[in-house]
Amino acid sequence: MRRATSDPKPMRYLLIGLVFAFITVFLIFPVVVIMLEALRNGLGFYWESLSATHSLTAIRLTLLVALAVVPMNTLFGISAAWAVTHFQFRGKALLISLIEIPLWVSPVVGGLVFALIFGKLGWLGGWLETHQIQILFAYPGIVLGTAFVTFPFVARGLIPLMQSQGSAEEEAALTLGANSWQLFWRVTFPKIKWGVLYGMILCNARAMGEFGAVSVVAGSIQDRITIPLQIEQYYLGLDQGLPRAFALASILLFLSLVTLAIKVGLEWRRLAPNIVRPH
Amino acid sequence: MNAVATEVKRAETLVSMDSVARPSRFLRPWRRKHILPGFYLTLGFTIFYLSAIVLIPLLALLLKTVTPNADYPDFLKVVRHVWDVATDVRSLDSYRLSFGLSFAAALLNGFFGFIAAWTLVRYSFPGKKIVDALVDLPFAMPTSVAGLALTQIFSTHGGYIGQYLFEWFGWRVSYTPWGILVALTFIGFPFVVRTLQPVMAGLAAEAEEAAACLGANRWQTFWRVILPAVRPALLTGVMLAFGRAVGEYGSIVFISGNMPYLTEITPHLIIMKLEEYDYIGAAGLGLVMLLMSFFIVAGVNLIQYFAAWRRRMA
Repeated sequence: MRRATSDPKPMRYLLIGLVFAFITVFLIFPVVVIMLEALRNGLGFYWESLSATHSLTAIRLTLLVALAVVPMNTLFGISAAWAVTHFQFRGKALLISLIEIPLWVSPVVGGLVFALIFGKLGWLGGWLETHQIQILFAYPGIVLGTAFVTFPFVARGLIPLMQSQGSAEEEAALTLGANSWQLFWRVTFPKIKWGVLYGMILCNARAMGEFGAVSVVAGSIQDRITIPLQIEQYYLGLDQGLPRAFALASILLFLSLVTLAIKVGLEWRRLAPNIVRPH
Repeated sequence: MNAVATEVKRAETLVSMDSVARPSRFLRPWRRKHILPGFYLTLGFTIFYLSAIVLIPLLALLLKTVTPNADYPDFLKVVRHVWDVATDVRSLDSYRLSFGLSFAAALLNGFFGFIAAWTLVRYSFPGKKIVDALVDLPFAMPTSVAGLALTQIFSTHGGYIGQYLFEWFGWRVSYTPWGILVALTFIGFPFVVRTLQPVMAGLAAEAEEAAACLGANRWQTFWRVILPAVRPALLTGVMLAFGRAVGEYGSIVFISGNMPYLTEITPHLIIMKLEEYDYIGAAGLGLVMLLMSFFIVAGVNLIQYFAAWRRRMA
């Protein structure tokens, strides 16, 4: 006999079937298609597409951007989580809401704000031009746009984690005579290191894959664009562009699968809370 | 004797006043003293970095919509231009497309996300853990990669699904609004599932058992007992998916074809304005998108507020 709280068998099979159909079309299919299309012209062409000058410069720039953005946002995340979870002050709720703004704002607006400041007709455009400083359509602009979009990733994971841990152990260390440095590295950091790692990988995946914000601040100048923009350039190009676009996309796909694996691994071991989950 | 009684009364009044006699919230110190170090350092850095990366840039956008430049030399002309751009036919068409399709995609996500969360929480089946892990894929996968793959899958020329949809039914998906709907559904999927999962897992089995004992069939139990309990979470998830979809750009640019009036979304129009060096127009459209995000955030908070209010009343 069926329990009162379970569904009839046909219903269960129907719903499970629907979920598998949805997951297959929307999630598994894209992954398989990227791999198939990337290797369509053979391994030789695949390797040649990845080692083409445009691909290599895009890969290099993407790595350099992530190398700047991830540490910046990690430092911010730890510092914001420390201030918010260990102290009571007025305006704390407002501060937490402000930190989340970039999650709600379109990435294109995230790039637009920097274009309006550093662009030719922007607030600082004239001054930058007379001093020959290039920010928009160059490395600093891409870093700023990417930092905006990935801004809350580390903080959002750490705040609930540190809130659940409380301040008792830190206070105990302090009464035992630890200084601030020892307090952080010996007491707090070991407790939050997986949470920090979790935030850093998500931040890194988004930083390397960001398209909207970067396409505003980087424009489409060849050899000064990141992997996602180079994928678009290949896609729009005529000369065997599509297979090249897929070859380059396969790198980001690989990155996202690794990210997903680490993320899920940390969540299943309960080392980090899922941050897609709001509130 | 009388003096003692007066004294006791005075003490009682003082004790009872203790909670009332605290200074008003504006006279209280702005932070409670705490022994842990690093308050000013961490809060200072947090506020500095927040201002540099988020607040000042957003302020620069707001100011741009009211500041005269060479083309629009006075305040009224600037505001007029912002209004003209924001209510231009091409802009209105782009809002209709962005918001309409985002809404449709959010509803689709609400439906499929509900089913996915339900099966993941309630049933056991082979491959469940893999499905649970895959739900986050749109969150980890760069939007441009997803856009490229979906464009290829739904293309009428040799697309893995698209060519059959076209041959059998005459449907075109890539380079039409349907393609945008597909991409927006892809990117919004995790939000509904991940919002619903913890709430569904926390549902009390007793309520369902009681409903069954009182003679409700499974369908009635679902509509009258389960759905009301998860409705706030479902609405929140749908709103989050909607908010994410409204701002989406990376995947749409590949699959939509970006034809003005037909398949052009608002973020694409912003980029067009920037390329024409119409900074004020671009800022105006950015302001429209910011306002929309603000309403969505407010909507989510309202849902949460009412849910909490109903819990207190119950």
